[in-house]
Order: sequence, then C-alpha cells, then structure tokens
Amino acid sequence: MTTDVKARNKEVIEEVLAAYPEKSAKKRVKHLNVHEEGKPDCGVKSNIKSLPGVMTIRGCAYAGSKGVVWGPIKDMIHISHGPVGCGQYSWASRRNYFIGVTGVNAFGTMQFTSDFQEKDIVFGGDKKLDKLMDEVEALFPLNNGLSVQSECPIGLIGDDIEAVSKKKAKQINKTIVPVRCEGFRGVSQSLGHHIANDAVRDWVLEGSAAKTREFEGTPYDVAIIGDYNIGGDAWSSRILLEEMGLRVIAQWSGDGTLKEMEATPKAKLNLIHCYRSMNYISRYMEEKYGIPWHEYNFFGPTKIAESLRAIAAHFDDKIMEGAERVIAKYQPLTDAVIAKYKSRLEGKTVMLYVGGLRPRHVVGAYEDLGMEIAGTGYEFGHNDDYQRTTHYVKDGTLIYDDVTAFELEKFVEKVKPDLVGSGIKEKYVFQKMGVPFRQMHSWDYSGPYHGYDGFAIFARDMDMAINSPVWSKTKAPWKS
Amino acid sequence: MSALRQIAFYGKGGIGKSTTSQNTLAALAEMGQKILIVGCDPKADSTRLILHAKAQDTVLSLAAEAGSVEDLEIEDVLKFGYRNIKCTESGGPEPGVGCAGRGVITAINFLEENGAYDDMDYVSYDVLGDVVCGGFAMPIRENKAQEIYIVMSGEMMAMYAANNISKGILKYANAGGVRLGGLICNERQTDKELELAEALAKKLNTQLIHFVPRDNVVQHAELRRMTVLEYAPDSKQAEEYRQLAQKIHANAGKGTIPTPITMDELEDLLLEFGVMEQVDESIIGKAAAA
Repeated sequence: MTTDVKARNKEVIEEVLAAYPEKSAKKRVKHLNVHEEGKPDCGVKSNIKSLPGVMTIRGCAYAGSKGVVWGPIKDMIHISHGPVGCGQYSWASRRNYFIGVTGVNAFGTMQFTSDFQEKDIVFGGDKKLDKLMDEVEALFPLNNGLSVQSECPIGLIGDDIEAVSKKKAKQINKTIVPVRCEGFRGVSQSLGHHIANDAVRDWVLEGSAAKTREFEGTPYDVAIIGDYNIGGDAWSSRILLEEMGLRVIAQWSGDGTLKEMEATPKAKLNLIHCYRSMNYISRYMEEKYGIPWHEYNFFGPTKIAESLRAIAAHFDDKIMEGAERVIAKYQPLTDAVIAKYKSRLEGKTVMLYVGGLRPRHVVGAYEDLGMEIAGTGYEFGHNDDYQRTTHYVKDGTLIYDDVTAFELEKFVEKVKPDLVGSGIKEKYVFQKMGVPFRQMHSWDYSGPYHGYDGFAIFARDMDMAINSPVWSKTKAPWKS
Repeated sequence: MSALRQIAFYGKGGIGKSTTSQNTLAALAEMGQKILIVGCDPKADSTRLILHAKAQDTVLSLAAEAGSVEDLEIEDVLKFGYRNIKCTESGGPEPGVGCAGRGVITAINFLEENGAYDDMDYVSYDVLGDVVCGGFAMPIRENKAQEIYIVMSGEMMAMYAANNISKGILKYANAGGVRLGGLICNERQTDKELELAEALAKKLNTQLIHFVPRDNVVQHAELRRMTVLEYAPDSKQAEEYRQLAQKIHANAGKGTIPTPITMDELEDLLLEFGVMEQVDESIIGKAAAA
C-alpha cells in the first residue's frame, strides 16, 4: 500500500478516537492500528473486556459452546439448561448443514430447554434436568448422547449438573456431557469454545465409551477440526482430502457425530480450519495421543493448493501425488471462475469484520479474484490470531479488534471499500450507506465457500454483491 | 389506622433473633397492635412460638407444589397465632441447592402484591444470619423495612455480624429510606457485655435500645413452643420484652444511618474493654506447642 493509505488510516483512527471520552479512547486506542510489515503481530491488543456503552458485536460463552462447538454434533441432543430465551433465540443453528432425519437421528435444528421458572431458581434445577433427560430418552430414543449447555443461572445457584449427568449416563448407558458455559464467564464467546473443548476432553475423549469402542485404522486417517459445515463447507473440503487419498474419520463438528469425536484420537493428523475455536482440543490430542495438527486454509485456489501440498507432506508419495492430481483436476474449474470474474472484480477493495478464522483465511480468496483487503479485524480473536494474520495482510492495512458499531461505520465511511464482509447486524447499516455487503458468518444463506467448488460460489456471490445493477439506481437525496 | 410500620430483625445465626423478635412482637400485640410476621429463612422457624408449631405451608413450598407463585392465594400462606398475629414464612430450598435469596424476593413480592400488608400496624421481617446476598437484603431495600433492629451479644462474632449488617443498611440508606433502629443485646453473660454493646452502638451511630437479660424462662417457654408473654405473662422476663416493645413503638422515625467500623476498630474496642488482650503479633498463625 502507498504511504498515503497508511497515513490516511492512521488519521481515521485518530478521528474515531477523538469522539470518545478520554477514558474510553485510552482503552480503544490499543485495539486499533495500522499493520506494519515485518512486525510479529498486527499491533493491537485483543481478548479484553468490551467497553460498556459501545455496541460490540461479540457473543457469550454459551453462544461459543452451544452455538459453535457442540450444537452441530447432530446425533446428540443439546439441552439449553436454564430459562427459555437463550435456546429459543439461538434455535435452528448457524446453518450447520447435516445429513439425517430431524427428530429421528439428527437434532441440530431442534430446541431442547429446561425452561427455568422461578421455582427452579429457588429450589434448584437438578431434579428438572433429571426428568428432562428421561423425557428426551423416551421421545427421541435414537439420540446417541446428550449435552447440558449451562445458561447463566446454573452457575449462580450452583446446580450440580455433573452429578446429574453422571447418574443419568449410567442409567441410560449413553454419553452425557455437562458444559459449564454460563454466559457471564469470560469476555466473549471465545471462552465458551475453550470450555466446550475441555468438556470434549473430559467427558468424551477421556470417557469410558471412547476407550472401549473398536476402531480399524488406516495410515491415511485424518480428522477435520473446526469446520462447522456452514452451507456445506465441510463437504466441499472433505471431497478434496478423500480425492487425494486420505480417509476423513471425523468432522468437528459440522455434520459430525459423537462416534466420530470418540474416534478422533486414532487419527494420524488433525486438520484445523478454525484455529480459534478448536486449537485447545487439538493441542490436547497432540500432547496426549501424539497426533500432530496442521492449520490449513481452503478459501481460494492459491491457499487450497498450498494447504493440500502441506497436508500431503505429512504423508507418503502416494498422497503427495494425490494432492497434485487434485490440484490439476480442479485447475480448469479455477481458471474458468477467474476468467469469468476477475475482470469484474479486479482492484476492488474489501473490509472484513468477522469471527474465528475468516478475518485472515478469506484474504487469499479475494486476492485470487484480484481484490484487495483494506481492513480486517476479529470479534473475539487472541494475540495468536493477530500473529497469524501478518502472513495474510499487507503493510498499512487497517486493523480493528472488537470493533464498535461506531468505529466500523466511520472506517467504512472514510476508507470507502467496494465491499464490506461482516454479520447480519452490520448488513443493513452498510447497505443503507450504499455499500455492497456480504454476510461472512452465514455466507448470506449461500455457500459453501470452502474448497474449489466453494470458490466458484464465493466468486459469484462477491460479483453479485459488488456489481449488482441496483447500486447504479440509488441516488443520494442531496445529489438530485 | 396509623401508617404501616415495617421493621426487620437481623443478627448472627443462633443469636436468638427469632426468639427475641417473637417475644417483642407478642408484647406489641398485647399493646393492641395488628402484626404480620414475615419469616425470611428457608428453615421457616420464625413464627414457631406464635403459632405453637413450625409453619409447614411456606410461600415457596406451596408455590413449588402449585407450579408457580402466581397460582397461590394469599389465604393459603397466612396463619393466625397468639393474639391474632398473622404469620407467614417464605420458606426456601433445602440446604445446598438452589437460591434461597431469590426465594425471599419472590415471597415478599407475592405478599405485597396480594395485599398481605393491608390493615396491619406492623410488618416484621425476620431474616437469617448475615446479609449474604441481594436476596437477604430485600427487606432493607426501598419501600420495605423502615427500621432495622440488630440482635447481638457481647461475643466478638456477634458484634462482627452486627457491624456487617450495618454495612448492608448503609448501602441502602442513601438510596432508600432504611435506617438502623438500634441494637438489641441478648445477654450471653460475657465480660462487660452491657458496656461493650453500648460502646459498639455509639460507634455505629445508633443506640442500645434494650439489654435483654438471660433468663431460663425463655427456654421453658420455647420447649412449649410459646413466647414468654404467653407462657409466663407475669414473669420478670415478660416485662423486659414489654419494655423493648414500648421502646420500639416509641422509636418510629428515630432510626439513624449507621457508621460501620473496620475490623481493626472493632478489635480496638475489645482491647479497650480488656475483653481481648493485646495480641502478640508473633503468635498469629502458630499452633499450640505439643
């Protein structure tokens, strides 16, 4: 980037900070910066409590556990334990696609809650939980296990969900996982991911069922970790791994099952897509079972090819040849996509503000289409995310951690990108500003975006947003 | 009818809160006052001496049975005891589960909304032990008790609890209208008890409203699940409770905003009265030699 852009970005940061009271500005200044090439991270602090009074885009620990990590495990029933709202308003998942018959052997889009009433708070909810589990067993006998997703009151009144879970697990002879993901814990959904990972470790991997289950392994067994199959992402990733000769023994957790989780310690290599939400369990498996893990990126042909080769390098020549074969096979598709869209998207700029891995992982896909990243930031990233981001962004890129609604609006106003990629809460704000927008959490009800097939859809969607004729029809009232 | 007076009794667990409050309220009833006692303790034993029985049907146990507190009728939870004193108990969970504090909030809201306080001269809250959380501070909060009476003794931990409760009162004194009505010393026959209680009261910017001497007749009455006022109305002890009742009755509007002291100040007080000896700092944390 030119020094002009760098200076402009610094100026924009000064400008937004000037709007805050002194105390707030002092805190927010640490989260906003301009990336300096060669530095070990992006120069921002992260994973710190949001400021009261600003509009943060973050979620809570329950969202991180129930919504992200556990929710997509399709053959288990995830109980939102507490008052009705948390489960009700997160009902129907994050578009984690799954194969199965809802209510029979898949429960991802159903809502189970203990619907706490006043008396459950006063007298405790353990008996209700016990009863609820009996009812769930009677109504949905083909479930393969349960998880208890704690809402805030559980931690406040000190219910012993572990004791209930142990007792019922013995009674019904299934895995039951109590998760202490009360929403008031931590500064964002990030702690919920960690707590959920720890629950997998303690109640699934270390559980007795996992140890006794028989498993016939091959030297080419891998697990996909941290792909939530949004719009089918894990499927368009899985086929590439299979085509190069690997066997995918588990998907965590998009379209995943409890048995797959239990089998994962038998994998030869863990492949992590969303590092933020599942690095904990991957590190644990590395330590405990000696399974190496590899962070890969299946957004856009450049990163896909890079990742396929790096993954293959963990295996023998057969797999390495397989990787080359896969890359070559999809080359015509990639060429066609780029031939069709690059000329329409070349030079366009994007500003991103998303969650776990996307603020960096999608950069390559945009660049494959000739686009440029003007700014990016994480909702709930940690410093290791910002370190990893340095490999993706260019010098002078605007970086914003836990951005506030005001800041993001101001940044977009000043930087004037051709596209903003963020969530549903941001979408209409920017569209009303006349800025093309794509939801980068849910893929705007499209997808998949992972893999070669996903890239074709990604390119089409970005073109559709940026080059829609609708933008030429809008006219600012003051420019009549 | 005069304006409703709402008072509350707080104090360290086992200090004799329920006994003192029931005897005093029985004396107030003797004076012709219409009284409602609200027991705010999951053990539900705040009205035992008035009713001659432990209240079985607490607000929360009935609510749990019926489904929710909205399903209850006020008549279900009100009992009439000695001299027509109205009694109700919030009740709550068994020890170790749930949230008793939330139970107190639920029960008090139910009683207020359903007119339990109508036509009463006095509402008295009897609250367990220390002010451990927001729920047990409920009677101190806005539009509830106007005066708090702290039952204490000359024992250090009872004085410590009295000081802590004062902190709770101070917190709500500025936001709402709650005041500290005074300390009631329930004699334990510790050294210089009266002097210490008076000194503490002074430090807390309040008064020792009454010093209740120790008398076995209280025990005899309790065994019969009665107040002294009912069991031995002519006894000296009954007269003590009548005096306390008179003083509380005359104390309307005279409560103060307490000035809680630090732990060090409290220890200094004990030193001053020679109850505690100057601590040799070198012995702190050391076990007795074998």
